[in-house]
Amino acid sequence: MSTFQLEFVSPEKLLLSRPVEMAVIPAAEGEMGVLPGHSPMIVALRGGVITVTEAGQVSERLFVAGGFAEVTPSRVTILADEATPVAQLSKADAERRVAKCEKAYDEAAGEATPEKRDAAMARLLAARAMLAAAEAA
Amino acid sequence: MASLKALRLRINSVKSTRKITQAMKMVAAAKLRRAQQRAEAARPYAERMERMLASLGAAVAGQPDAPKLLVGTGGDAVHLLVVVSGDRGLAGAFNTNVGRFARNRVRELESHGKTVKILGVGRKATTYLKREFGSRFVGEVSFANKKVVGFEDAAEIAATITKMLDANEFDVCSLIYNRFKNVITQTPSEQQLIPGAVPEQEAGEAIGAQALYEYEPTEDEILAALLPQNLAVQVYRAILETTAGFYGSQMTAMDNATRNAGEMINKLTINYNRTRQANITKELIEIISGAEAV
Repeated sequence: MSTFQLEFVSPEKLLLSRPVEMAVIPAAEGEMGVLPGHSPMIVALRGGVITVTEAGQVSERLFVAGGFAEVTPSRVTILADEATPVAQLSKADAERRVAKCEKAYDEAAGEATPEKRDAAMARLLAARAMLAAAEAA
Repeated sequence: MASLKALRLRINSVKSTRKITQAMKMVAAAKLRRAQQRAEAARPYAERMERMLASLGAAVAGQPDAPKLLVGTGGDAVHLLVVVSGDRGLAGAFNTNVGRFARNRVRELESHGKTVKILGVGRKATTYLKREFGSRFVGEVSFANKKVVGFEDAAEIAATITKMLDANEFDVCSLIYNRFKNVITQTPSEQQLIPGAVPEQEAGEAIGAQALYEYEPTEDEILAALLPQNLAVQVYRAILETTAGFYGSQMTAMDNATRNAGEMINKLTINYNRTRQANITKELIEIISGAEAV
């Protein structure tokens, strides 16, 4: 099966760069499966799990807290704010994070501007996605 | 002429200094290698970010409601300088260089009638500049008690800058830091952050490809999220380069100090031996002349 180059970078390092067959990306407006030859796009990511398929099998599952992806027919570049392999997620950490984000959201919901509320909401959703991924793993 | 005992003490003290500087040099070399690796590891992200920003920037450039982070406030009256330096000393002129560069810049801007605000990152330049420009400081950050400076730290600084911009506290923001050329050369330089220079698209295939991009959500929304991130990346890069440069500079400084201590020891040893010989000769003369007198 044909492949495309997947590059996965976090601000601190290049995490992954190799040809893969398919990647499922948690785009801001819904999960998005990318196959070779996808039309060029730039998408924002929400918190979720990126699933990488190689040789017909899921080879890699990585949690991202947010970021951006650039899709071209021959290459996908994912700029992740924070990335962890799903296997390394811990449920306790995720729960703590959800609790923290819920608190921050409650505070923001009171008086902050809509943008701040949205940002807090996005963080909360990312934390919930992290918890869900940790539970599923 | 100093007494033999004084010379001996002096030699011993210089010897222990040499041991310390030698150890510091080796520590700096090890840390330099790690800092360089980290700087290298952060490069791909910055490069890809730049590429995305180039295609996005081209898409929204010229729009009247383009985000402030990209085009600034339109004014030029208030400058915010973010000065990045090391947290520790004993690194030759590393911190002084960036401090002096910043000082000249502040003076130049003020002589043109601009208002200057300073955000100090790293302890050394902060203390250096505070003496003269204490009233211009709007904040300071130090990583002295941190082992490794992570991206979150840079993001925090970027968030401070964004907040100030939203409150219209400055018009132009620049970063002043030591650019890491190589292990022995670091040059203080200035980089303008806001209004941001849209990275030039490479001609040819890039432009063809960029016209076809679809955006999800809209360009504006992605840009609004991408720009603060880009700011954080720039700050992060400056911090990483400063860290690498600092250790490079410290290594060179400590190497020089070790060599100087060696020279000093040689000189003192010669002096010591001469003094000892002179004492022996003097004693011999005394004995001989004493014997002759009998």
